[in-house]
Amino acid sequence: MERKKQLLETAVHGIFLVLGLVTVGCVLLITAYLVASGIPAIRRIGLLPFLLGDRWESTAAQPSYGILPFILTSVYGTAGAILFGVPVGFFAAVYLAKMAPAKVKAVAGSAVSLLAGIPSVVYGLVGMLVLVPGIRRLFHVPDGASLLAAIIVLAIMILPSIIKVSITALEAVPQEYEDASLALGATPTETWFRVSVPAARSGIAAAVVLGVGRAIGEAMAVMMVSGNAANMPALFESVRFLTTAVASEMSYSSGLQRQALFSIALVLFLFIMLINAALNFFLKRDKEGS
Amino acid sequence: MKKFASLMLAAALALSVMAGCAQKTSGAVTTDGSTSMEKVIGALGEAFEAQNSGVAFTYNPTGSGSGIQAVQEGRCDIGLSSRALKEDEKSSGLTETILAYDGIAVIVNPDNPVSDLNVDTIAKIYTGKITNWKDVGGQDAEIVLIGREAGSGTRDGFESITDTEDACQYRQELTSTGDVITAVSQNPDAIGYASLASVKDTVRAVTVGGVAPTEDTVKDGSYVIQRPFVLVTKTDAPLSEPAQKFFDFAISPDAAELISGAGAVAAN
Repeated sequence: MERKKQLLETAVHGIFLVLGLVTVGCVLLITAYLVASGIPAIRRIGLLPFLLGDRWESTAAQPSYGILPFILTSVYGTAGAILFGVPVGFFAAVYLAKMAPAKVKAVAGSAVSLLAGIPSVVYGLVGMLVLVPGIRRLFHVPDGASLLAAIIVLAIMILPSIIKVSITALEAVPQEYEDASLALGATPTETWFRVSVPAARSGIAAAVVLGVGRAIGEAMAVMMVSGNAANMPALFESVRFLTTAVASEMSYSSGLQRQALFSIALVLFLFIMLINAALNFFLKRDKEGS
Repeated sequence: MKKFASLMLAAALALSVMAGCAQKTSGAVTTDGSTSMEKVIGALGEAFEAQNSGVAFTYNPTGSGSGIQAVQEGRCDIGLSSRALKEDEKSSGLTETILAYDGIAVIVNPDNPVSDLNVDTIAKIYTGKITNWKDVGGQDAEIVLIGREAGSGTRDGFESITDTEDACQYRQELTSTGDVITAVSQNPDAIGYASLASVKDTVRAVTVGGVAPTEDTVKDGSYVIQRPFVLVTKTDAPLSEPAQKFFDFAISPDAAELISGAGAVAAN
């Protein structure tokens, strides 16, 4: 009987181990595949002409494969989304975590969750039908499909991750800190911004990094509102992101063009690895701090 | 335990069904060529396979030039070309059979007063030589050029007919016909192109040199922004039995609906 139990225990342990390794295996497989298929094109084009070239003409008679416009667009677009999204998300989180009455908090909380659950193609569609014509009329530009439209869509898309993670961080601040501050005569507002927010700062930083990760990896929604011409980024110019560069040409690509698309994916992958490393750094510091 | 056994049984059954399919192969039809013809050939091939179980249909999307070369060298049964054969290709022992016509409509917003353009003007607009609608009889507004992504068959067709390859100054490069139509319908100053079959009332197709794009004008050749989809075969060597069967099916009137469903105008 005892033996049988132990056998079962070992078997279950084994199954869980295998299932756990599946995830790790997937990551390793994808990494290996991306590196293996991304390197050949970079070799043929040359690392510097590839990363710093400012012309992307993949199907021209004399093709040129420079992805600097895509890299800069991704960086500017993400930075812009953070610029708009972080203040809104941060103050919303402080309000929901500290000030909001329980009923408001419940309703707003589920609204935020719903926002996170909307598929990106829906964001893109609404952007295409409402935002793009709106920008055209508001700013009197010939066409509204631009970096600005992408920034606005991305800013809205990263709100849920920023709000949710920030709320969790703010709620984890020990009640004693706030009580002490209030007992010393600070007003509630002073307490929240001078005590609670600084105590939760690593968590809030992690929320911002998570938002960056979401923004830089988004393809579908930005493809529908950014115009996709391979221009150097400017606010009202039609632009192409790293993600959309891969997505828009992959279906009909062949030869060096296809290999170059894999190389773009590799560059994007490295960006996201960097962001994940930053996220781990903040989370680790958070744990050590508390 | 019973559950497990029934699951295994179901899996075994499913596997045996698949095995049954693979065994029936009794012939093959190989096609090679134009990537623009992917939709048309895909629809025809699927229907053909459904009617003739046991025949394997393959399509190798390589481009018109390589398709013509492949049939010449006997590497495939039927070559696919989205341009008419040149004289020297015909004299080297190849026969062209026009399967369908691909008409490309030039579309503008319904609010745009411009209703007629000619090919030369369209080329000038797309290469950035004409940038304002007032130069072609419209309002004083900048022309917004909307097109398809690099590698798209529609883009390739449009640029080769208007002779603007690699020279178009696109403001937006979108990845589907639907997106092009939506973008043009949202912007009164936009111009775009889309395969004829998918044009909807949210946009207006301009007449080209006075000819409106319809199935009839594409078929009789008076609408010029069009190109033929051609089946290329060897003149003196007969097709294999399944390949001949596919060839007959493709040019039969039964296939016309499939072809128009795939966005082209059937020739027969």
